[in-house]
Amino acid sequence: MKEVVKLITVLTVVCMISGLCLSFVNDATRGARAYQDKLEKLRALNLVLPEHDNEPDNDTVTVGDRVYYLSRSGADINGVAFETSTEKGYSGLIRVLVGVQPEGNIIGIGILEQKETPGLGSKIAEDRFKGQYKGKTLDNVNWAVKKDGGDFEQISGATISPRAVTAAVKEGLDRYAETKAQILGGAHVVQ
Amino acid sequence: MSFSKELTKGIWKENPVFVLVLGMCPVLAVTTNAINGVGMGLAATFVLVCSNGVVSLVRPLVPDKVRIPVFIVIIASFVTVVDLVMSGYFRSLHHSLGLFIPLIVVNCIILGRAEAFASKNSLLPSIADGIGMGMGFTLALVILGSIRELFGNGTIFDMAIFGSSFQPVLVMILPPGAFLTLGLLTGLFAALEKR
Repeated sequence: MKEVVKLITVLTVVCMISGLCLSFVNDATRGARAYQDKLEKLRALNLVLPEHDNEPDNDTVTVGDRVYYLSRSGADINGVAFETSTEKGYSGLIRVLVGVQPEGNIIGIGILEQKETPGLGSKIAEDRFKGQYKGKTLDNVNWAVKKDGGDFEQISGATISPRAVTAAVKEGLDRYAETKAQILGGAHVVQ
Repeated sequence: MSFSKELTKGIWKENPVFVLVLGMCPVLAVTTNAINGVGMGLAATFVLVCSNGVVSLVRPLVPDKVRIPVFIVIIASFVTVVDLVMSGYFRSLHHSLGLFIPLIVVNCIILGRAEAFASKNSLLPSIADGIGMGMGFTLALVILGSIRELFGNGTIFDMAIFGSSFQPVLVMILPPGAFLTLGLLTGLFAALEKR
């Protein structure tokens, strides 16, 4: 009995000290982590939005479960970015950031997160692949990879990842088109 | 044993990867390029040095029966520190190492050194052992990562080595490339050791 009490005491004390130290480190690094989160988001947004003079990460509209980041020049909206995701990739979640002009043609896309095969599927994050979405709208292109009879290039050795990205972007555009009025909220838009 | 001997044995004579063959999971998984190797190696080294130091200090106070849980709590705490700091200051590295940072907790090199060395030695030799083993681990990861990056992507530390006509050997970046490279290097190490 006495031994058990001793064992419990030792373990409890060790865990308490460790917890105390960790809460201190957590506090000390919180600012830096929040700053990195913000930087990361801004960097991604800047890549898919036109030049703006507002802060798109603080200028958002939420429709359903989707957040739309608005980019403005003066008071006029000149771009909208949103995040869409898919689990139909080769491994795990793919998160895609899509930037569109108010009328709905794509300015650019960015891959926020992917765990596709390095050297194969991971090429969805390269400019050569992402670039082909530029200027596309729901109507001016057939939304599928070439192997499925569409207009988008797949990557040799990896068809599943481009197929997943293409479907995710299309889903995002569909949702945007449906709720466009709500997102733009009657604000003046740059044509 | 002298301080410098403890320090150097981990790099060559008892190299944790090529000789002791410990901690293979991160070795195989993160070495798709040289930078990942450096990041993983240094993170593990930090944890190893700290945990070895603390374990050697608290060992006399800890009853035998709960020593392993206590070691794990100590190791897990330092790993969490690495995870938080890396997420705050080295974000892109944190992304590419991903899950393998928290998994340092179960890296058998670290618990192995705590149990086999730090729990039987005083503070200074334990820290020397941690630095040495950590350096050996880092060195192995960097060699492995450089070779795989060179053949699989034509670069080392993102610097192009081969011209643009180079056709990358994709398999080197994929899991089989990790096994092939590790096997060949372990063999090379054993052959050099024998001579």
